Amino acid sequence: MINKILEKIEGKWIFLIIISLAYLIIGFINIALFHKTLIALSKLILKLAPTLAFIFILMFLSDLFFNAKKISKHIGHNSGFKGWLITIIAGIISSGPIYMWYPILSDLKDKGMQNKYIATFLYNRSVKIPLVPMMIYYFGLSFTIIFNIYIIIFSIINGLLVNLFLNLNNHENSNRKC
Amino acid sequence: MKLEKAKTSFKKTINSFKQTLPILIGIIMLVNLSITLIPNYFYKTIFTGNIIIDPIIGGTLGGISAGNPIMSYVIGGELIDQNISLIAITSFILTWVSVGIVQLPAEALMLGKKFAITRNIISFFMALFIALLIKFTLSFL
Repeated sequence: MINKILEKIEGKWIFLIIISLAYLIIGFINIALFHKTLIALSKLILKLAPTLAFIFILMFLSDLFFNAKKISKHIGHNSGFKGWLITIIAGIISSGPIYMWYPILSDLKDKGMQNKYIATFLYNRSVKIPLVPMMIYYFGLSFTIIFNIYIIIFSIINGLLVNLFLNLNNHENSNRKC
Repeated sequence: MKLEKAKTSFKKTINSFKQTLPILIGIIMLVNLSITLIPNYFYKTIFTGNIIIDPIIGGTLGGISAGNPIMSYVIGGELIDQNISLIAITSFILTWVSVGIVQLPAEALMLGKKFAITRNIISFFMALFIALLIKFTLSFL
């Protein structure tokens, strides 16, 4: 019975139900902590609302101006240096939590954005320009410069490795089917 | 014609947003839970002082933590004061953003399970390597 219900509910709803249940369990165990968690949640949602609106506008504009052909040309299979440059810059200047960018990346992936560029974009999110003064304060100027340069360089290696492992996996799967 | 295209794009964006909203809400709730339930002092208590184990602990802690990267800098700064190795702290602040165990279900649902797992594993080991490399480079300056 439960299996049949679970089959009908999509993964995304199961995920939300599990998290909501975790909140309820906290409520049963410790009501004060539950209140604290709910207040923190409302603050977090309010804080993230502008980013969410920004992502919505970006998704709308990308759908309006970039079709699959254009996406493939800039960040597709044979985009080369231009593709790396676009994703590195986009990763560095993108703000807000990483998970807010998943919907637009998923959208772009459907239109032909390569996995290697998605991985590179996500890795470059470790470069936080607005937080550079704070990083210098805590870890020093030399550390900050080296840290950020290495992230940019290794973001490309990260993208290439992700691509390599995914391709190897796909290759193994197709061999097994043969 | 252009207005028609804009309307269609707007509808498509709303639909695609509706599809991802349960995942986004779920992940925001999960991140909030981890921020509220894991106190900052927890991070200080878990390091051992071992130069090989500490970077792995740092990377793992960063990977399971969520929230604003400022927090990782603040915690990292406090850990420096407690003589925790720079390699461990660097891997901690690197995996804080590049590895997301809390966000993994959302990443898997939206970008694919294989992609999410592969990317997170590679990013974890890469963080350890970069942390070593930074320490090595700094020793020459």
